[in-house]
Amino acid sequence: MAVNKDLIRNFCIIAHIDHGKSTLADRLLEKTNSVAIRDMTAQLLDKMDLERERGITIKAHPVKLNYLADDGKEYALNLIDTPGHVDFNYEVSRSLAACEGAILVVDATQGVEAQTLANTYLALDHDLEIIPVINKIDLASADPDRVAKEIEDVIGLDCSEAPRISAKTGINIEAVLEQIVKGIPAPQANDNLPCRALIFDSVYDSYKGVIVYVRIKEGRIRPGDTLRMMATGAEFTVVETGYMRAREPEPCSELTAGEVGYITASIKTVSNARVGDTITTVDNPASKPLPGYRKVNPMVFCGIYPADGADYENLRDALEKLQLNDAALSYEPESSGALGFGFRCGFLGLLHLEIIQERLEREYDLDLVTTIPSVIYRINLTDGSTIEIDNPTHYPDPGLISSCEEPFTDSHIYSPADYVGTIMELCQERRGIFKNMDYITPERVDIHYEMPLNEIIYDFFDSLKSRTKGYASFDYEIKDYRESKLVKLDVMLNGDVIDALSFIIHSDKAYAKARKIAERLKDNIPRQMFEIPIQIGIGGKIIARETVKAMRKDVLAKCYGGDITRKKKLLEKQKEGKKRMRHFGTVEVPQEAFMAVLKLDDND
Amino acid sequence: MTMTDSKPVGLYIHVPFCKSKCPYCDFYSVAMKPDTAECYVKEVIRRIREYNLIYDTVYFGGGTPSLLGSDRIAKILGSVYVTNDCEITVECNPSDICRENTELSFGKLRSCGVNRISMGLQSADDGERRSLGRRTGRNGIERAIRTVKAAGINNISLDIMLGIPGQTEDSLAATLGFCIESGVKHISAYILKIEENTFFGRNAEKLSLPDEDRTADFYLQTVETLGNAGFEQYEISNFALPGYESRHNLKYWNDEEYLGTGPAAHSFLGGKRFYFERNLEDYLGGAKPVSDGIGGTAEEYIMLILRLKKGLDYNSFKAKFGCEIPDEIKSFAALLAEKGLAQANENGFHFTPEGFLISNKLIYETISKLSLPGGH
Repeated sequence: MAVNKDLIRNFCIIAHIDHGKSTLADRLLEKTNSVAIRDMTAQLLDKMDLERERGITIKAHPVKLNYLADDGKEYALNLIDTPGHVDFNYEVSRSLAACEGAILVVDATQGVEAQTLANTYLALDHDLEIIPVINKIDLASADPDRVAKEIEDVIGLDCSEAPRISAKTGINIEAVLEQIVKGIPAPQANDNLPCRALIFDSVYDSYKGVIVYVRIKEGRIRPGDTLRMMATGAEFTVVETGYMRAREPEPCSELTAGEVGYITASIKTVSNARVGDTITTVDNPASKPLPGYRKVNPMVFCGIYPADGADYENLRDALEKLQLNDAALSYEPESSGALGFGFRCGFLGLLHLEIIQERLEREYDLDLVTTIPSVIYRINLTDGSTIEIDNPTHYPDPGLISSCEEPFTDSHIYSPADYVGTIMELCQERRGIFKNMDYITPERVDIHYEMPLNEIIYDFFDSLKSRTKGYASFDYEIKDYRESKLVKLDVMLNGDVIDALSFIIHSDKAYAKARKIAERLKDNIPRQMFEIPIQIGIGGKIIARETVKAMRKDVLAKCYGGDITRKKKLLEKQKEGKKRMRHFGTVEVPQEAFMAVLKLDDND
Repeated sequence: MTMTDSKPVGLYIHVPFCKSKCPYCDFYSVAMKPDTAECYVKEVIRRIREYNLIYDTVYFGGGTPSLLGSDRIAKILGSVYVTNDCEITVECNPSDICRENTELSFGKLRSCGVNRISMGLQSADDGERRSLGRRTGRNGIERAIRTVKAAGINNISLDIMLGIPGQTEDSLAATLGFCIESGVKHISAYILKIEENTFFGRNAEKLSLPDEDRTADFYLQTVETLGNAGFEQYEISNFALPGYESRHNLKYWNDEEYLGTGPAAHSFLGGKRFYFERNLEDYLGGAKPVSDGIGGTAEEYIMLILRLKKGLDYNSFKAKFGCEIPDEIKSFAALLAEKGLAQANENGFHFTPEGFLISNKLIYETISKLSLPGGH
């Protein structure tokens, strides 16, 4: 049966974090009877526990809904949920490219935020029809009129028809569905052209292999077809095509132009079905891929080590499994004198890093030590060559360096005007270069800074949140590389460099940071058999030092009545204690001391 | 289990009775009723007779052995085979000695062979003593020492404690001075350890305890003061005039064998370690001791011998275990010597007082370098 293209609507929901995107998605599912109410758990589409807990979407799940509209026709609504964080901007852009329209959800209590704008511009770049929706009108502090005006003023979208809803309580959800049908165009689609299908996400399934989510732009795909990934050149034979339903996939005989669905083809890893790649058929190949594909490169790197060296193999297995599902995650083995064997891992951003770390700990039950995150630095050497390093360990001898460059970002912070002072202070501390400031409304500003990436990958977002009581929002993109006065700090215990604690920092900040690290280590390293000097140096020059005093008392004074058991138990305890320590020569450093240094932030 | 014609061993008798619990003590004790005491004495005698052994040291510990009274102690001793020169120690609470006590006669104890009395002084400062739950004042202790000496028992040991609430350098000096002047031959100075299941353990944060550094300083002060007075430190916590070292306790540290009887008593006999559970009823009901594995391993030997001033002798170790001390231990000893924590030469090493203070750590490090086959 030929699919009537006029009855298809492909759309996504975009919003600033916490403005209710996933809740609205749940409600749409419910209203279209895609899922029985008793099966509803909040935010059905966010399948990972982690996504649900953090309230953010990491993977983009499509779902096909059937909606009987007021005009009496039944429409197929393909909802493509998108990731909601700057780290995943490329993925967002691919999801948008699969749609003709977007629902823009704005919180009636908060108004336009950083990602409201960033996502809207991204959607406009893809020529999407945007339907504004004002959410959370049930809250006492909701001010939908003000927010509607803000959307009109700031974004320039007409809000006279914008549904005012409460996704949480279900108010006015029908209006959203009607707007989707009326406001979003049906796909322009031709089944008879050579096949071009956009991959907007893929997930690994241990039974079916990779499940590829596609939007068919032109042509058709049937089980048995031989497909070619146009960027990677990999070829596969289609096993199954189908639609994603809220509960379970629904196989179909073919996917045709304009439709959104899934394909399985015994693909072993997601890196063979990269987000943004174009699928064509080998029999009747398209001459050109769809625009917009790029291979995503990690921006942030850190070492991940098992707390217990015996877990190294388990960690590798876990990373391997996570990578099956996450083409943006990179890892390669490295070893550290301090931490033993582990992996240098690359991430899209800090959130991506945290998510991977949390999944490793939670889903794979691993106890991890992670080193200070690093960006990619360019080091120009005196011999005229340039090297790129993402690991301080590879920092060359300062005598060989003629100059260093670090990545800078274009950063936008949206905030109530009250916090301008404190935000500028924070950006200044983070070596930001002020560009300009726009008043979006009399109460809200967009502050534009150029900031080094290495100043924001760590705890910038947390600091921003805490200094603005959570009101400020933040968005950034990489701009360029700039020359910078960088130095490498080395931490020495008892004269030995602890490689895992080395990091690259701007020279203006080196002294203050060095002192903090020295203090932190002193407070967290228990007394040892001997006095231990802690030194922090740049090259051979020591810029901070502290001393861990020698232990004075650790003795079982009484071995009463020949009770050797007690003494033996004490030795066992020592052994247990020692297991949790990292050893450098005769120095023992507890895991917590590393964590204390690695977690040093602005508030210390 | 029967042994005959064997070498003399030590005998430890745990007397699990106390009038009241001291707030820092977690040794096993219960209140004493007269008929329980009779049952206890009978059971101790029965159990000792199960072993056909000869003893060259006997030690009544507790608890409070003096609570048993001299008749019951004599009754037990009457059923124990001892060598001529057997050292027989009874721990006494000074309060049992100085009050009018017809049950405790030191003349009687002496006549049945008791030749060493150990008493808990803890501190010469009455305020400090009270905070430790000790009933007798300083005068009472002096009287107790006179009483014991008058009965002809001159080998007296006093226990004192270091790092107790309120202790100062001066109060410790006074306590040490008291010990030296009292004419006792032996002093045990124990650093207070806060045990979980005691009053102190439950109220640790309310006690004004000296910190790690001060306690360490008290210990060094003790070693120095007693050394100057002729009391040689022969073990972490033990000091004696020449020839008055506790032979019984030395058995523990030299990894020699002993039989322990009474609830909570530990034994090392026939190469095996075993102990009785902390339960008087079970003991009286004939409960078997619990196995605690093989004794006398190289690891255990080092752990114990390093508590002694004489320390680890590499040749003795080789003679006993048939293998050399690993070089890692020897170089570790040299490192410790360099840091002032040990004295070492090519034949062996022993800890200095500073080393004794952190001996748990040092012993652990030493043993972990002992990768000998059969070392476990």
